[in-house]
Amino acid sequence: MDFSLSDEQSLLKDSVERFVQNDYDFDKRRKAMAEEDGFSRKNWQQFAELGWLAIPFSEEDGGFGGGAIELMLVMEQIGRGLIVEPYLPTVVLAGGFLRRAGSAAQKEQYLAGIIDGSKLSAFAFAEPQGRFNLADLTTTAQAKGDSYVLNGHKAVVLGGPSADFMVVSARTSGEQRDADGISLFLVEASAKGLSRRDYPTVDGLRASEVMLENVEVGKDALIGEEGKAAPLIEEVIDDAILAVGCEAVGAMEVLYKATVEYSKQRVQFGQPIGKFQVLQHRMVDMFMEYEQSKSLMFMAAMRLDESYNGAARKAISGFKVQVGKSGRFVGQQAVQLHGGMGMTEELSVGHYFKRLTMIDTLFGNVDFHLKRYGSFD
Amino acid sequence: MDLKLREDDLEFQREVREFMDRHWPEDVRSARRNVGRFEETKGEAPDVRRFIDALNERGWAVPNWPKEWGGTDWSPTQKYIWDKETARAECPQLSAFGARMLAPVLYTWGTPAQKQRFLPLIREQKMIWCQGYSEPGAGSDLAGLATRAVRDGDEFVVNGTKIWTTGAHVADWMFCLVRTSTEGKKQEGISFLLIDMTTPGIKVNPIHLLGGIHSVNEVELANVRVPVANLVGEENKGWTYAKGLLTHERTGIAGVARSEVMLERIKEIARETGVDGGSLWDDADFRLKVHALEIDLEALAMTELRVLSQVEQGGAPGPESSILKIRGTELSQALQTLQIDVFGYYGLAYPDQTLIDNEGPVGHPYGLTAMQAMLYGRASTIFGGSNEIQKNIISKAVLGL
Repeated sequence: MDFSLSDEQSLLKDSVERFVQNDYDFDKRRKAMAEEDGFSRKNWQQFAELGWLAIPFSEEDGGFGGGAIELMLVMEQIGRGLIVEPYLPTVVLAGGFLRRAGSAAQKEQYLAGIIDGSKLSAFAFAEPQGRFNLADLTTTAQAKGDSYVLNGHKAVVLGGPSADFMVVSARTSGEQRDADGISLFLVEASAKGLSRRDYPTVDGLRASEVMLENVEVGKDALIGEEGKAAPLIEEVIDDAILAVGCEAVGAMEVLYKATVEYSKQRVQFGQPIGKFQVLQHRMVDMFMEYEQSKSLMFMAAMRLDESYNGAARKAISGFKVQVGKSGRFVGQQAVQLHGGMGMTEELSVGHYFKRLTMIDTLFGNVDFHLKRYGSFD
Repeated sequence: MDLKLREDDLEFQREVREFMDRHWPEDVRSARRNVGRFEETKGEAPDVRRFIDALNERGWAVPNWPKEWGGTDWSPTQKYIWDKETARAECPQLSAFGARMLAPVLYTWGTPAQKQRFLPLIREQKMIWCQGYSEPGAGSDLAGLATRAVRDGDEFVVNGTKIWTTGAHVADWMFCLVRTSTEGKKQEGISFLLIDMTTPGIKVNPIHLLGGIHSVNEVELANVRVPVANLVGEENKGWTYAKGLLTHERTGIAGVARSEVMLERIKEIARETGVDGGSLWDDADFRLKVHALEIDLEALAMTELRVLSQVEQGGAPGPESSILKIRGTELSQALQTLQIDVFGYYGLAYPDQTLIDNEGPVGHPYGLTAMQAMLYGRASTIFGGSNEIQKNIISKAVLGL
């Protein structure tokens, strides 16, 4: 049993922490979001230079061979800085598929670009009718000679607008909700027949509805084995849940501390509002929610690093339930205790609250993961 | 970072399990599980005595004490394993007032004579202690206590009333906070005295708690003469010692291991309990309630491990340690309440011990202990500094408010 970080892990943590502290204040973030892509390409290049885009990939693939703990360290800081650059869709999701199941040629074509920062990506998995069920797919991929032809509608594709290529889940056989018969394809964003409707999400990030109309891809675009992608998708999504959960933990830390600071300065009835016991106890509750979430974050990351088994999946769902509940509480109370100012776009508080609200839904909300947690009992 | 136990820790775990299986075997465990506990009586059951003796023989009676007084030099991880395994075995514990609360004060601040006299008896559970802290006018505001101790030659003369004194009716001795000065801050005039319960002038009045349980008392002290040799540490420094005591035993206070056992039992009973032709466990809503608590419990367990690992590396416990009491008691209460739900109508039966002894339990064998646990458990968020007081402490000490 060991909760300490290795030297390399400490260095990594410091590096991201320093960037968030020195190069990513709220104004800089706002400027990045105002750029055409909704984030800063310059920052992305800096991430590449700092090596963050290479973290989860094996050394043969040109990466650092980082695991769940490394992912946790990066994502927690990304959450503290409310970083908008598309680390999740590109490195965690698309990168997660390529490193686990990509062929040598696929890795050469796509992974190298992710690591050097030249390629952005997204994972098109959700569908309008599917809610959180990863296997509920009406998008089809039909084999035709040396190619597959894709048709369907993928919903709320995070990072879709800036993706150079996408990983798309589609049904090659089976019924609409069968786990069997799901396949994954690498699709260029510029492919003929692929169209997007881009829009912002509530947290200021960008997403797309992606329509696939007779999009033809080569057989070499298939990731892994045909029809057998369901377990792989679950595994990569569990990585993504760890990632956004860690983000939430970082965001909660900022929020509870900002609220405590604000309550020391804001004077009403002749004294700082932090002197009122009813508010003190509320802030203690916020602090406890943060700490409990952090505890399950460690557990989820450590279980994932041990082995991707039932215990790890259960820990991931437990963590998601916790950050869903805690994130909602901490976010809502931070707004409440900031009073009218908490309602404004001007303060960062509301932006953290929005991201936490978004994370609660991402990859399955509290209700969904509570049921999934129980399914491992 | 990893959660794996090292090979030597696993070996230790096996040793503890073997010990428990041998000295507190499954048949004793299950027989005890459905025994109600209406009254704490003097003396103890022979099986408990044998177990305590076995602990002493093995040198495991007081793992947290310094080695010279019969403790161990276990690592925090080993102590954690010990807590887990003792909860799992549902074995008796040494009376906490002596072994966990007084002893750390004695071996830290006591005189050599006090240590020599009391520590071995506490370790062997041959001297039972109670704690004289709260008073009718001093509950959450403990430092407002008014029991006076006035020096008269080689003795203190003590007058006042203590209340909520757990086990005063069975205790041989009481460690007591008394006022020796009314000057300066109220915390600065308090002393820590050890009082023999057979001293003339002590009257113990029982208080019956919810559920008819007699464990707490009111203790009246009228001109009780206590030798000065029974003063612990310096006069007027008692508050410091009492507070120092609170930083001991931080872990374990969360009761994680016990709650884990209760959670498993709830699942087990729910599987056996019939509802609508199936079992209660088939009810998805019920299962969700259980799983929500299970997640809270895992979070708490991990928080406790984080604290342990800080201590293991020689550091002081971080701010997260302060939430262990609050969350631990909230959670055990939630589980106790859920356990009552499981029994349905039979959760309502509350036959007294004589009836049970003669005719056996009504309803589920654990029904009565579940109800008692729930009723008695309400005290956990009140004693030891109510949870509201704990939040005041976190607010000040951690958040700086």
